[in-house]
Amino acid sequence: MSVFSRFGDWVREGQIWGSVFRHGVPRDRRTRAMAVLSNVFLHLHPVAIRKSGIRLSFTWCMGGLTFFLFLVEVVTGVLLMFYYRPTVEYAYFDIQGLRAHVTLGLLREMHRWGAHAMVIAIWLHMLRVFLTGSYKPPREFNWVVGVILLVLTLLLSFTGYLLPWDQLAMWAIAVGSNMARATPVLGHEGPLAQLVQIGGVPLVHAGDDARFGLLAGTFVGPNALLRFYVLHCIFIPLVVGVLIAVHFWRIRKDGGISGPL
Amino acid sequence: MMNSILATESLLAAGGVEAIKSGINWICQPHWFFILSCAGTGVFLAGYRTLTKPAVGIFVLVAFTIAYSLSAFDPDFLSIIIKPDNIPITLMFYLFGFFIWLGFRQSALNDQAMEEGKPLMEAGSDDKVLVWPDLVYTELIAMVLCTVFLMVWAVVLRAPLEQPADPSLAPNPAKAPWYFLGLQELLVYFDPWIAGVLLPGLVIVGLAAIPFIDKNPRGNGYYTFKERKFAVTMFMIGFVILWLVLIVFGTFLRGPNWNFFGPYEYWDAHRPVALLNINLSEIFWVQWLNQGIPTEGRWGLPHYVYRELPGIAVLIGYFFVLPGILRVTVFKKLADQMGFIRFALMVQLFLWMALIPIKMVLRWGWNFKYIVAITELFLNF
Repeated sequence: MSVFSRFGDWVREGQIWGSVFRHGVPRDRRTRAMAVLSNVFLHLHPVAIRKSGIRLSFTWCMGGLTFFLFLVEVVTGVLLMFYYRPTVEYAYFDIQGLRAHVTLGLLREMHRWGAHAMVIAIWLHMLRVFLTGSYKPPREFNWVVGVILLVLTLLLSFTGYLLPWDQLAMWAIAVGSNMARATPVLGHEGPLAQLVQIGGVPLVHAGDDARFGLLAGTFVGPNALLRFYVLHCIFIPLVVGVLIAVHFWRIRKDGGISGPL
Repeated sequence: MMNSILATESLLAAGGVEAIKSGINWICQPHWFFILSCAGTGVFLAGYRTLTKPAVGIFVLVAFTIAYSLSAFDPDFLSIIIKPDNIPITLMFYLFGFFIWLGFRQSALNDQAMEEGKPLMEAGSDDKVLVWPDLVYTELIAMVLCTVFLMVWAVVLRAPLEQPADPSLAPNPAKAPWYFLGLQELLVYFDPWIAGVLLPGLVIVGLAAIPFIDKNPRGNGYYTFKERKFAVTMFMIGFVILWLVLIVFGTFLRGPNWNFFGPYEYWDAHRPVALLNINLSEIFWVQWLNQGIPTEGRWGLPHYVYRELPGIAVLIGYFFVLPGILRVTVFKKLADQMGFIRFALMVQLFLWMALIPIKMVLRWGWNFKYIVAITELFLNF
């Protein structure tokens, strides 16, 4: 026996290792089952799983990759938050700084490309789930959760689009948020909004309509930047996190990865 | 018409490459592009068993790659595809091409197997394997490859950063992020309250409603097309044509002032486009009845309601009479299985979806604008 494997055994038999991993080396059925059962992260999975369900050509691994890309976005995003300041004075120059002289400024590239990849991955995941009919009973509710997660993913990407505060960002958000002013009843240029009035005084106007609520102003300005920043970094990720937990839990409760009945 | 004359002229004038380019520009006019996309999807779905054979797939892959690469020699096309935020579009072509092929390939094999009485490729639901090591290692490898892919992408390509935001300097065209370009394209054919609020809302509601509408018990948990032709066809129309194809529209074919340009055409911001769009009320009162557009109401109706009565009638017919007709004709079998509420929901979603290509074709073919135009209340349809 070599020195290294003896050292390995010594570590694995010691008290520190044993305090973390309460099972032996996963070499037989029992310890392998224990490896999954006694690990908070791995126990998202069942211990055993249908063979055809984990075929790569069946699942395309796209749901898992969407989740992984979400984690990549969280990690890179948190690191970017140490540097970036969401104010009109600093935002653009902080992004420039990330590109020009910040160590690991490359994280911004990973964050942006990861976001694009996540959008594509979640669409592919939806396509796979649809083509295999995996939304059918008993998985109807989980499909609905997935649809909400899809919308939130697009919103995450959209709110993040504004943060670099360059021309691309501002005008993409201007185009997008302009729609909100046409919301029926709630937008000041929306249908029927004129009818909401008291004594000839319109209640829905540019200063209080749906677009105002989205941008915290009548144009894409400093308040919109702050609002999108908070939505992007705190609010939507929290909701997504909760829904991902529900999504995964329901996969287990609804019988695991789908297969022919 | 004008474009086709121009195309024919340049075919004669310039030789070889230029001729091919203007030919492709010509075929990428909105109506041809859209019709060809629909026809392509239709042919693919009809012949999915033959067309998903690996040889066909490889041929399409090679042909597309050659055409796409050669196109990159055109400066106008190149300027579109090298925009950093358009890289996902190129990625999208390959990924969706591949995975749509993969899904339908497995459907074809499964459908074949079912006909021959052989087991499905997903069969053997009692065969279980342990998650450690079989699944966790697959996941680990997928995560590592994904990380490597992202890192290479990040090193090779810088994330875009344009000039600092300037509220007084609007770019032309001002485009939404690529994944919303389909919705932005809808703004051409619908007012913002429909294109930006109602239709996206209906897409979300419609997607969420799928499992409650589709009561077909077959095709649960395995790839098949034969057993659920209607559901899969509807999904492919909605997802591939009305979402992905419209994104391609917005990326490659929409230039300054949101005008249509061929993929190899210079984005000339000063190209004049003479367009006079026409509403249904004008067609009805002016062209058919030869009288002016009513400016006074009748039968106690405000003038704008009276003026738009023909359009209102068309909409009532479309959303409330047509479902009844569909109920007893093409959708008869489906409706019998579904029951009233499910069928009513399904048919409304279906009609909304169908309204998009209908209005697109009306606009391209006849410069048609609104069915109902109550501009007084911002209620244009």
